Amino acid sequence: MTTTPLTDAQRVVVTGLGATTPLGGDVPSTWSAMLAGRSGVKVLTEEWVDALPVHIAAPAAVDPSEQLERVEVKRNDRSGQFALIAAREAWAHAGTPDIDGDRLGVVIATGIGGVLTLLANYDLLVQKGPRRVHPLAIPMLMPNSAAAHVGLDLGARAGIHTPVSACASGAEAVAYAVDMIRSGRADVVVAGGTEAAIHPLNLSAFAQMQALSTRNDEPERASRPYDKGRDGFVLGEGAGLVVVESMEHARARGATMYAEIAGSGITSDAHHIAAPDPVGRGATRAMQFALKAADLTPADVVHINAHATSTPTGDVAEARAIAGVLGEHAAGACISATKSMTGHLLGAAGAIETIATVLALYERKAPPTVNLDDPDDDVKLDIVRGEPRTLPDGPLAALNNSFGFGGHNVALAVRSVDQ
Amino acid sequence: MAASEQEILEGLAEIVNEETGIPTSDVQPGKSFTDDLDIDSLSMMTIVVNAEEKFGVRIPDDDVKGLSTVGDAVSYIQKASA
Repeated sequence: MTTTPLTDAQRVVVTGLGATTPLGGDVPSTWSAMLAGRSGVKVLTEEWVDALPVHIAAPAAVDPSEQLERVEVKRNDRSGQFALIAAREAWAHAGTPDIDGDRLGVVIATGIGGVLTLLANYDLLVQKGPRRVHPLAIPMLMPNSAAAHVGLDLGARAGIHTPVSACASGAEAVAYAVDMIRSGRADVVVAGGTEAAIHPLNLSAFAQMQALSTRNDEPERASRPYDKGRDGFVLGEGAGLVVVESMEHARARGATMYAEIAGSGITSDAHHIAAPDPVGRGATRAMQFALKAADLTPADVVHINAHATSTPTGDVAEARAIAGVLGEHAAGACISATKSMTGHLLGAAGAIETIATVLALYERKAPPTVNLDDPDDDVKLDIVRGEPRTLPDGPLAALNNSFGFGGHNVALAVRSVDQ
Repeated sequence: MAASEQEILEGLAEIVNEETGIPTSDVQPGKSFTDDLDIDSLSMMTIVVNAEEKFGVRIPDDDVKGLSTVGDAVSYIQKASA
């Protein structure tokens, strides 16, 4: 693919991070909870929960109403609220870049979009009639709503996009942002994902797929990637966004560069609408493409933030694919499955895990995988357990994997940066 | 029981504040919804729908277009609820 090295105008770096997650209302609290191995999974207290097989989820640690103006809460779906909070944190963290809006893009993915607004308004329609349907229901429920609201907030006019690829969406957004900068469409892009889907309909629907953990009596132990006792994922909510820009642009304005998004690989399985390819062909090709695009080899990879959702088949398929891609170098890469703490934030997952990967390289600390008591015999990888793992000195490279229902595979190659 | 003009103005100002964040003190009879208060047509619809519920009236979409000032809306609601 790339034979000539990329110029600093083509290299894309992360200069700002923002998030609101089940572990904390911002990046510092989320990251410290991750390093401490804390779980954000709880027993839900809503009255509807008793009728469902699943009583647990990972709600946002801080309700968005505590971080936004009252009118902003009213005019945004909960997923849009999370995105606004994360975008403002990321933008401030990037140093509030002084940039022409014509050169600023926004790419915010979601798995399901404004589903809470949709369902609430359907209830209003049925219970109170069409006149009570909210006049802003459509602008709130459309999947691009969060991206559009953040675009308005920041004055972004280089283009606003919403990749939708189920649980790969958040990572796909970051890949798309890199392409926007490399193709010259934008100088700075705010990219990531958001999700707010904790509702009895979604929980019932995922439960009907046998996709969710029903470890209702031990919520903090429910999300257990790679463990023999894993029985499905735990639904989470929140948002993660990064500010990306060309290295040239970041250097010119003296911005801190937390890591480089060095390459991406995007493939599709063409295997099944929901089940992963059992031998992980699509995942394998995505990782290989990402490494190649980044001009990296398996020997360079010291860390992987795995997709690892805690489902019986998915975790093993990915683990096999990782082992296959890294081959003899697999022992040199430590693997973190941070969904063991955050739960699975669907369209936001890949973005929050991009942030975790960036911070792992920047702080040279890989977060632990919790609840891994009895590793699956088919997982032959070095999983970080218990304590965070210190990463070596020198240049580092990592992968962030995200896969989604529909057969979507996205791998991002992330590299440490010398300031 | 019909509300007084002042009660309607206060109630409407609360709705406008709730939906748009505009201070209630800015919602005065002489103010134009679009030119003075910068309320767009979608926000106007959210105000109308809430006013209908609060005052127990129906404001057909065609009539909404004729309500250019806060005073117009107050008079309309008072007549409709009389």
